[in-house]
Amino acid sequence: MRILVLVKRIPATGGRIVLTEDARSIDTRFLGFVVSPHEECAVEEAVRLIEANGGESVVLTLGPPEAADQLRDAMAIGVDRAVLLETDGSDWDPYATSAAIADAVRDLEAAGGSFDVILGGNESADSGGYQVGVRLAVALDRPIVTGIKALEVGDGVATARRQVPDGADVFELPLPAIVTVREGINLPRYPSVPGRLRAKKKEVERIVPERRPGGPTLERLQLPVEKEQHVEILGTGPEAAPRVVALLRELGVL
Amino acid sequence: MSDVLVLVELAGGGPDRLSAEALGLAGGLARALSVEVHAVVGAGSGDADSAASAAPGLGAYGVATVHLVSGDRLDAYAPAAWAAAVEGVAEGGNYDAIVASGSERATEVLAHVAARMDLPMAANVITIEPGDRWKLDRQRWAGSLIEEAWLDGAPRMFTVAPHAVPAMEPASSSTAATVVSVAPTITDGDRRARIVGHEVAGEAGVSLSDAKVVVGGGRGLGSAEAFAMLDELAELLGAAVGVSRVATSLGWRPHAQQIGQTGTRIAPDLYIACGISGAIQHIVGAKAAKRILVINTDQDAPIFKRASYAVVGDVHAVVPAISDEIRRARGGG
Ligand SMILES: Cc1cc2nc3c(=O)[nH]c(=O)nc-3n(C[C@H](O)[C@H](O)[C@H](O)COP(=O)(O)OP(=O)(O)OC[C@H]3O[C@@H](n4cnc5c(N)ncnc54)[C@H](O)[C@@H]3O)c2cc1C
Ligand SMILES: Nc1ncnc2c1ncn2[C@@H]1O[C@H](COP(=O)(O)O)[C@@H](O)[C@H]1O
Repeated sequence: MRILVLVKRIPATGGRIVLTEDARSIDTRFLGFVVSPHEECAVEEAVRLIEANGGESVVLTLGPPEAADQLRDAMAIGVDRAVLLETDGSDWDPYATSAAIADAVRDLEAAGGSFDVILGGNESADSGGYQVGVRLAVALDRPIVTGIKALEVGDGVATARRQVPDGADVFELPLPAIVTVREGINLPRYPSVPGRLRAKKKEVERIVPERRPGGPTLERLQLPVEKEQHVEILGTGPEAAPRVVALLRELGVL
Repeated sequence: MSDVLVLVELAGGGPDRLSAEALGLAGGLARALSVEVHAVVGAGSGDADSAASAAPGLGAYGVATVHLVSGDRLDAYAPAAWAAAVEGVAEGGNYDAIVASGSERATEVLAHVAARMDLPMAANVITIEPGDRWKLDRQRWAGSLIEEAWLDGAPRMFTVAPHAVPAMEPASSSTAATVVSVAPTITDGDRRARIVGHEVAGEAGVSLSDAKVVVGGGRGLGSAEAFAMLDELAELLGAAVGVSRVATSLGWRPHAQQIGQTGTRIAPDLYIACGISGAIQHIVGAKAAKRILVINTDQDAPIFKRASYAVVGDVHAVVPAISDEIRRARGGG
């Protein structure tokens, strides 16, 4: 079995977003980088599929040279190979991103055989385009289900469950197929120290992608206006309990 | 004339809540362009009659023409099949824009339509301004950041961010929409990925997304065992328990209880957040909470900036004291 998993490097922004002076990006000077929780789960799912069925898993990202770190994070928990579509770090829209990834998949498949399953996140955490997986599916003429919370891969067919308010919709799709997942589909493992060391020594294949014009273009970023919130300190420690209960009464919660 | 086409999902004889929001934004856009709003409604054979009887009523939501696409090839939901149906309508008319709600299905279907027509799409738009190039504001980071962007394409395609723009209110007197029946062209390939079944989950107590009161816990709880005191407080208050991502990634609690960007959105009257710092990805899931009561040792934690009330202190001491106090009050003491 061959599995491809798609991840995107994003800043871990913590309690507050700070923008750069030109307001065209997030000021990341003091931030670490991660991939979205959805994509961490996609990576874990890829590793589990190969553990269960044998074969090879490949992780791919389109991003700046430093995105090799996120590829190594994926290899540290068991992904076999990594491919970086290297950019100058500017914002790539999903129209251009998906076209470049589709080209890369065609090349990877010509060299190493078709991917039975391509996994991605339901949406990228930073730009939230909600479309790269679907565009890739249309470009490669493969079936896709987005936003799934359970996946079983059988003989020539995948079964995927998507959460809905009263339960789950069950989808079936013939392989090769694409699925995008949501956090909660599994609990990703933490990398082991030997896993990290192994990943550090592994090679990252680098490709310079072509950027297709025509997609939406970012002009400026802006923090949403928050209403000023004044916090009333009810007290310190357990002695505050009676005031809390009085408040709960006042609010009609009790 | 180039009109604005809106994907409308029906519920209870009218547009569902998110479709009404999409119709609201689309209505403003159509006024700015001096064009009409058209709707595309899909229905499997089982829903065709109810859709046909609801369709004229969309006139009250500013829709001039409804393209009602139905047939047995839409019976089991297949995202690409629904996209083929919308694409057929789009190509049969002359549209400046195709708008969908931010529902999971509408987003996925519009993404398929955009990909099939090889056109760009913008998700989670909150304002749109037509012009030479169209200018829009859209949500990034689940709404923690707004992007101003340019959108091209003929037609322009975008989804409307959920609960971020006013829903269209039905007019009390209005003309019925003209209904046009359309037979879609759907191939077997469009039906490769489709629903084959539905599983109903068992009752799981108070639902987190609908709960009036939510008691939340994060890393400050320190262990899975410590969540027993949150369960206890929640039970006394008839509240749901929610958690931060730290609590789920450490395996303390199931992901179904996670509040935030990659978890559940809550909208309670009161959210009691215990040992949670208030990272933007957590807080964005609690944006609709009317009030937040924080229990935290660190008064500099970002969550204090979002809170109405706070107790500065150790959750392990404060939470049991609150539960005791509630029991005492209830015991009539
Ligand atoms: C793309 C992305 C998506 C994410 N999605 C989500 C999401 O959906 N939901 C989510 O929650 N997070 C999400 N996160 C993670 C988020 O950024 C934070 O890491 C997480 O919310 C922090 O959880 P926490 O507040 O429990 O932990 P911490 O940030 O470590 O905060 C712990 C808090 O507990 C307080 N504390 C410690 N001890 C005590 C004590 N004894 N008594 C009282 N207070 C105490 C501390 O002062 C601190 O404020 C996401 C991150 C990314 C990058
Ligand atoms: N730059 C990228 N590199 C690799 N995969 C990506 C990239 N952008 C998006 N994806 C994948 O596509 C999914 C959906 O992204 P989006 O359409 O931007 O919301 C993400 O969760 C990733 O799995």
